[in-house]
Amino acid sequence: MIDTLLASLTDGLLIGVVYGIAAMGLTLIFGVMNVINLAHGPIIALGMFGVYLLFTNLGFNPYVALLPVGLFGLLLGVVIYFVAVNRVIDAPHLSSLLATFSVSMIIVGLGTAIFTTTFRNVDYSLGTLSLGSITVPLTRVVSAAVALLVVAALYLFLKHSRLGKYVRAVANNRTSAGLMGIPSTRVLAFSFGLGTALATIAGGLIAISLPFTILSGGVYELKSFVIVVLGGLGNPVGALIGGLILGVIEGVVPVFMKTTWVPVLEYVLFVLILLVRPQGLLGAKK
Amino acid sequence: MKLWRNPGLWIALAIVLIIAVIPVITGSASTRETLFNVLLSIGLASSLNILLGYTGYVSFGHIVFFGLGGYAGFYLIDEAGWNLLPAALVGGLTSGLLALLLGMAILRLRGAYFALATIGINEAMKALVINLKFLGGPTGMELNFQTYRQYGGAGQMLWIVYAGVAVIALLVVMLSFFVKKSKFGLGLMAIREDEDAAEVMGVTAPRAKTYAYVLSAIFPGILGVLFFFKQGVIEPGSAFRLHMSIELLVMVMLGGAGTVLGPILGAGVYQILRGSLLTSNLHLGGLRIRDVQLAVAGMLLLLIILFIPTGAVGWLRSRSSFLRRVLE
Repeated sequence: MIDTLLASLTDGLLIGVVYGIAAMGLTLIFGVMNVINLAHGPIIALGMFGVYLLFTNLGFNPYVALLPVGLFGLLLGVVIYFVAVNRVIDAPHLSSLLATFSVSMIIVGLGTAIFTTTFRNVDYSLGTLSLGSITVPLTRVVSAAVALLVVAALYLFLKHSRLGKYVRAVANNRTSAGLMGIPSTRVLAFSFGLGTALATIAGGLIAISLPFTILSGGVYELKSFVIVVLGGLGNPVGALIGGLILGVIEGVVPVFMKTTWVPVLEYVLFVLILLVRPQGLLGAKK
Repeated sequence: MKLWRNPGLWIALAIVLIIAVIPVITGSASTRETLFNVLLSIGLASSLNILLGYTGYVSFGHIVFFGLGGYAGFYLIDEAGWNLLPAALVGGLTSGLLALLLGMAILRLRGAYFALATIGINEAMKALVINLKFLGGPTGMELNFQTYRQYGGAGQMLWIVYAGVAVIALLVVMLSFFVKKSKFGLGLMAIREDEDAAEVMGVTAPRAKTYAYVLSAIFPGILGVLFFFKQGVIEPGSAFRLHMSIELLVMVMLGGAGTVLGPILGAGVYQILRGSLLTSNLHLGGLRIRDVQLAVAGMLLLLIILFIPTGAVGWLRSRSSFLRRVLE
């Protein structure tokens, strides 16, 4: 009993970190510009396909492929920002929600036509890692480590680099930031790109260990919502912790009841937290 | 009394009525199927408009009421042998009741938080139904074909359901108009503009919002029963399809949120456009339009959001004072 529990806990924590960076992308965008990016899921799916295509067609190591995929995510985000978000950034919530949703329709529509909806998987293995009674695929461990690395890099970037300080300033008060000479529109576009880059990297990491289709992003988008609300909207550290919580729930709950009850539990928890503590477990931004 | 003489009401009702009688005159089954979808969308989009357009609360998971009502009615018809009419009413009441209970809780949330909560509720309901054995679990329920016999066979049943959806669409449009013109509706619109100010002016916001939520949930519940009775099968994936929820938002925005006529036009245009994209043989680059219909619809939506945020009717109303008088 303890062994299965420990094994599922490890499994949950490892995948939880990856969920965490997906959610961090969503929460970063919300924190900076108060926009919920409904194209988050399809962008995660594009990250999956990016790693898949680089791996199967060009023979990239999937972890190396994350670099160009992340860069593509950044550029894509900047383009999406200028095309769809910039005009509605100060409009009521519905406008930005629907604008990003239309981007999601465009990506899913084109993606379905090009890639169809058959399942793909990245056929890559590093063997398994055994620690006492626990055995996990090594790719999971490496993926979690890469995710943590990305989090650390993001933290250092936001905390210490000049551009990172710009991002935080614009998140704090866009008007004042503009008055201080910060090019706030460009910083907003960059922040949006940072969020989508995180989404594509998370997608790539998921693709390395799980099969997927162009529609798979939707599942992880919903998970990201749950995580973001758990950790507090707009709070990146909260997203990581929320990711770990969700991972643990997904890992441990199936030991006690049927797997199909996991989403029920997740969404009920999600709605309850919104009602009882809408600022999330760790507090929202500000 | 004066309300009955408002041309806005009659224009809206006339349009729905004309749409509804076309297949009766031509007798064509394929036109009827197309217009069934249009009328269904008019009913759903106009219901959503009461919450979204008048009250300003963005419900992303509104389809939960369609699905839940559908399940309640389907269960009664399939397992308890009820007739369609009482089952449809119970379906509507079930959705209304859920909205009442939920409304008291989640309507305290504003903006993005409310939108997220409605998505969560839809997904929670879907995940829950998958786990409920008596509702058929993940595979859902299937109607015994013999059931249609008491409605004069499957052919006759299709016309009965069509008439039912048409009547509901007309009722929703009337409800939508009278809510808009009532003191209650003015309260809702005050909430939309500024909730705190509305409370100061004497609008009991929590109660008004809850009523609006319940009103916008009842008819989707009834429509759910009619729709799934016609389909003969119901399963969680089709009952709680988040995508359909968002399509409804698109229709409302397309036509104009907060107007009576907007959701009608939006629903009609969206469904007809979608139908023609799905059957078209045109090519765009190397891709067939049919395969990328979702992407084309997405681009269209984006253009509307960015450049005509008030929708078609809102835009027309801002053009001339005559149109402002006759279009509601």
